[in-house]
Amino acid sequence: MSALPNREEKITLDTFLRGLWEENPVFVMLLGLCPVLAVTNSTMNAIAMGLATTFVLVASSTLVSLLRRVIPKQVRIATYIIIIATFVTIVDYVIQAISLDLYNALGAFIQLIVANCVILGRAEAYASKQRVGASVVNALGMGAGFTVALLCLGTVRELLGAGTILGFQIFSANFEPWVVMILPPGGFFVLGAWLLLFEYLKQRKERKLLDSEGAIS
Amino acid sequence: MDPNSLTFIFLNAALINNFVLALFLGLCPFLGVSAKRETAWNMGLATMFVMLVSSVSAYAINWMLTELEIEFLRLICYIAVIASAVQLVEMTVKKFSPALFRALGIFLPLITTNCAILGLALFQTFREYDFLQSLAFSLGAGAGFTLALMLMAGLREKLELARVPSVSRGAAMSLMLAGLLSLAFMGFAGLGGSHA
Repeated sequence: MSALPNREEKITLDTFLRGLWEENPVFVMLLGLCPVLAVTNSTMNAIAMGLATTFVLVASSTLVSLLRRVIPKQVRIATYIIIIATFVTIVDYVIQAISLDLYNALGAFIQLIVANCVILGRAEAYASKQRVGASVVNALGMGAGFTVALLCLGTVRELLGAGTILGFQIFSANFEPWVVMILPPGGFFVLGAWLLLFEYLKQRKERKLLDSEGAIS
Repeated sequence: MDPNSLTFIFLNAALINNFVLALFLGLCPFLGVSAKRETAWNMGLATMFVMLVSSVSAYAINWMLTELEIEFLRLICYIAVIASAVQLVEMTVKKFSPALFRALGIFLPLITTNCAILGLALFQTFREYDFLQSLAFSLGAGAGFTLALMLMAGLREKLELARVPSVSRGAAMSLMLAGLLSLAFMGFAGLGGSHA
């Protein structure tokens, strides 16, 4: 067994949870924003996109991890892209077979999963250096984090823009929908608002930590 | 305006359905390289060139795949062509302008995973554009991308001097700005209805 530059990681709960919170691909690393903003005008689209991306993420991480000693270093990015494109083609045809309505709603964005930097980033930064088990768990965590982020945007946008969640009426009939939330600008505004919230929470935590340290000394 | 005329396709891709602000394609470089106007301009030009090359190649490949009836390989072929085109641009830039090469940094190879370029190739296939229409489409998309990038860079340069609450520094502020720009671009919808 050749020595790998990075230490191989043991699978812990943290391997999974990291993707959900600490290294959330959307809210913390700001990766893969295109699908996040483009398909989140309804909750249903958000769920479908999240699941499709998670599948491609897990499948490609597994394959990359299995082949990590076989792929020559010089052509690794091209190889990863081909692996990812293969799985995306599979997802594309599967969704077409299951629900044509969903396929039309998501449009070109299913095929554009290929260009999602979260997946290539995982392949390059994690799966190419770690054992299969750890890679799968990590990919599952990242996929879950991505799906949660999509849901955060999708529900807020659908609720404010149409007054519904998953098609069920939430507000009374008097509610005037904020149509702008479903349109492109709404995507930018809602994601911006979430980031503001997280930044506020982070700064408040730091301030509290500083205060408590001051009290001890 | 006739929706199939070259002028309309160009305007549609550049303004009405701007790739960045209306279709959310290519957001990573849009948020990543828009801090300075000069870098933004060069990034815009590089992307435009890759778009042009990929569009022409995608047209040829699609014709070939349809003849051979193996359309399911389309996605893989497109991404391979785009990756090669990016490699070409990278070598050219490195040779002729090392300073620019350093300024663009990681975002130059990342043009490969810029969804605007793959999106362009896929859209022109879905809409069954002929050769000239594809050219107009890719030029319009490139111009629209450069325009959005330059507008954003101009705004962010001004914001450097403004006092904003510490919470909203960084990505959150950029996204709010993008939202306002996108709102402004919605006004162009009046030019010719939605032809998404």
